[in-house]
Amino acid sequence: MIEERWIGWAMLAGLVALPLWAMAAGEPFTITLVTRAVILALAAAGLNIALGIGGLVSLGHAVFFGIGGYAMGILAHHAQSYTAMNLIGLEVPGTKLMPVIWLVAVTVSAVVAWVIGKLTLRTSGVYFIMATLAFGQMFYYFAISWSAYGGEDGLPIYVRNSFPGLNTLVPIQFFALCLALLCAALFITARLRAAPFGLALNAARQSPERARAVGLDPARLRLAAFVLSGAITGLAGALFADLNRFVSPTMFSWQLSGELIVLVIIGGVGRLYGPVVGACLFVALEHWLGGLTDYWHVALGAILLGIVLFARGGLIGLLTGKEGAHV
Amino acid sequence: MSDAILRVSGLHKAFGAVRATEDVSLDLRPGEIHAIIGPNGAGKSTLIAQICGTLRPDAGQVLLTGRDVTGLGAPQRAALGLGRTFQVSQLAMEDSAFENVLLGAVGASGRPWRVWGAAARDAGLVARAEAALARVGLSDVAAMRTSALSHGQRRLLEVAVALTLDPRAFVMDEPMAGLGAEGSARLTAFLAELKREAPILLVEHDMDAVFALADRISVLVYGRVIATGTVAEIRASAAVRDAYLGHDA
Repeated sequence: MIEERWIGWAMLAGLVALPLWAMAAGEPFTITLVTRAVILALAAAGLNIALGIGGLVSLGHAVFFGIGGYAMGILAHHAQSYTAMNLIGLEVPGTKLMPVIWLVAVTVSAVVAWVIGKLTLRTSGVYFIMATLAFGQMFYYFAISWSAYGGEDGLPIYVRNSFPGLNTLVPIQFFALCLALLCAALFITARLRAAPFGLALNAARQSPERARAVGLDPARLRLAAFVLSGAITGLAGALFADLNRFVSPTMFSWQLSGELIVLVIIGGVGRLYGPVVGACLFVALEHWLGGLTDYWHVALGAILLGIVLFARGGLIGLLTGKEGAHV
Repeated sequence: MSDAILRVSGLHKAFGAVRATEDVSLDLRPGEIHAIIGPNGAGKSTLIAQICGTLRPDAGQVLLTGRDVTGLGAPQRAALGLGRTFQVSQLAMEDSAFENVLLGAVGASGRPWRVWGAAARDAGLVARAEAALARVGLSDVAAMRTSALSHGQRRLLEVAVALTLDPRAFVMDEPMAGLGAEGSARLTAFLAELKREAPILLVEHDMDAVFALADRISVLVYGRVIATGTVAEIRASAAVRDAYLGHDA
């Protein structure tokens, strides 16, 4: 059986090699596909902190993905139209600078995650799922009716945003940026999980009573995890919008929340590289099978079913021969 | 009496018409094991839950080292020095035995918010965790997944996790439950020593263990304490015989 970290390194090596090959072969679309996989992996890596370590089945993570997307869309929209935003009487100009956009995406996602977490983490099980879903739907319908920013039609951004020192219009450069952020998120997740906070959060998932009995408050641990989780998924949303140069309410849709859960489950819940494996498989299926038939979701469903029934540890669990999410 | 580590006074708890706890007062003094016995449904678990902070009483007070903790939750009471074990093992089953005691050490450190630096590489946490495992004789299985441990080992691990807190008082809910004769005897010997460090409020069905260990016994019947006294007094009490021990005891 293969050790989990080797799977991780192999995945990352593949994620570097494939776009480089595509660049040499003159196939920029392949780079776009891999970039898409990397961004979805980042979004799912965010969810994995809440779902995998914290045990929080959030069916509302599209909220943060969408917030990241709209943070990018709104800032870039004002920058490209040379208009200012009116924030409670304060005139704020837009921006095309990715670092600023990311900061806004992460901050707003974190604040919203705190509010949603405060309200929904009183519940558990199916009620938590429904509560997070409800928030997702609120944001979705709000975005649809938000005519100032495109409403149902969404918001096109004509030129990709910029990053100091890079030419983000070159696919491989934008890809490298996304991959670097994914690696950073995975690194943070790995450190966090081994740290006292991760140990406590993981234990609170398995036995909240145990955590309480040693003086730890599961509710506060979960809230912190939910905030961090939302912030990372929000960052992914900003990148996703930049990849497509388009933001629309579908980024808030519950289907997207569901897809993120599916990515995590396919890879392996709580596995460090689970979201990467899940996202790569998802994008590969979407592209290859989607090219053959419109019914490619059937294949995805079959894989999901197989994993849920026979391989709880996900694909990584299958490869490592370990069911539990242990490093 | 004023030097009691743990004191419960006038505790009431009702679920609808059922009075699960009715005017219960008892205390736990330094160096003693105070056993609570009673038939099934006497309200022992409800009482423990109120003492440990998972259930709020309708009336009455819980004092820990003289401090009123009635309004505090379980985590705060643990932080103030209440170490408990559960009737049904509450452990992180996917984690190793070592990680469970390490969790206790993290709780005891009061610094669970550190997100950088591995807990398993923190010398202070590791030393505390290893010491607790060694004391209950589980060092050999430290790396084993908790779900793979035997029932008896898990019972000991529960005690080890409580030890990591260096508590001022222990509350143990049937620590002998499901242990074989040998395991029960070993734990009995261990608790007899442990009480010198911190007194133990012991709920136990194993009467051999109770009579061997307890300095005092309180008998709980239908939510009320019908008698408190030494082993000899309780054995001799006619009321206790009628209510609980049976006439052949």
